[in-house]
Amino acid sequence: MKEMSPIVKTITKISFAAIFLFGLYIILHGHLTPGGGFQGGAIIGTLMALYLVAFGAVKWRKKVLSIIESTGLLVFIGTGLLGLTTGYFFFNFIGGTDNPIFGQQLNGGELIGDVAFPSNSAPLLSSGTISIMNMAVGLEVIAALTLIIVTMGLFAFAGSEEGE
Amino acid sequence: MEFFTFLYDALHFMVLFGIVGSALLVVKFKDLVSATIALAACSLLVSLEFFILQAPDVAIAEAAVGAGLTTAILIFAIKSTRGREEY
Repeated sequence: MKEMSPIVKTITKISFAAIFLFGLYIILHGHLTPGGGFQGGAIIGTLMALYLVAFGAVKWRKKVLSIIESTGLLVFIGTGLLGLTTGYFFFNFIGGTDNPIFGQQLNGGELIGDVAFPSNSAPLLSSGTISIMNMAVGLEVIAALTLIIVTMGLFAFAGSEEGE
Repeated sequence: MEFFTFLYDALHFMVLFGIVGSALLVVKFKDLVSATIALAACSLLVSLEFFILQAPDVAIAEAAVGAGLTTAILIFAIKSTRGREEY
C-alpha cells in the first residue's frame, strides 16, 4: 500500500496529537460528560484509519493488537467480578479521603462511608470503578477497530493478507 | 424569542431534508466511491440530528463510526472491485 503526498502526511502529523488527546478526554471524562469508552475508542480508531491511509503499510503487529484487546476485556470482567467480593462494590479507588495523592479533590463533596457523593458539580475523581471500566472498554475498542482497519487495508491493497 | 424558535425549526427542517436528499443520492449514484461519500454525508447529518434531539452520546458514536470508520472500510472494499455499479 503506497503512502500519500507530503501535504497529507504533514497534516496527519500535525493533527495526530490533537485527535488522540480528544479521544483520551472522551474516555477519561466518560462518567461526567457525554461519551465514554466506546465513543473515545471509536475516535482513536478513526485516527488510526487516517494514519494508515496517509502513511501506507507500516509494520502493524496484529498479535500485539489482539493481546491489547483481550487485556481490555479481561480488566472489564475482573472489575465486574471484584464487586462480588466484600468491600469493593462501587468502591471509590481513586477519590477517597485517605488516598494521599487524590484525597483532596472533592470540592464540596460529601463523604458517606467510603463512597464520595458529590453535591452538585461532580469532581473528576468521583465514580469508583466506573472510570476503570470506561478505560478498559476504551482500550478494547481501540485495539479491535485498529485490527479491523489494518486487516481490511492490507487485504484491499496487497490482494492478500500480509504482515504478522 | 419567536424569532429564535423559528430559526431552530428552520435548522431542524434543513437537516431533515438534507438527510433525505443525501440518502436519495446514495441510491442514485452509479460510481461507488461517490455513493460512499454521500453515505458519509448522510451519516454526518444523522449525527447532527441526534445532537438536535439532545442525545449527544449517540451523536459522538454516530459521527466517529458512521462518518469515519465505515467510509474507510467501504473504500478499502471498493478498491478490490471494478468501482462501478452494473445493472
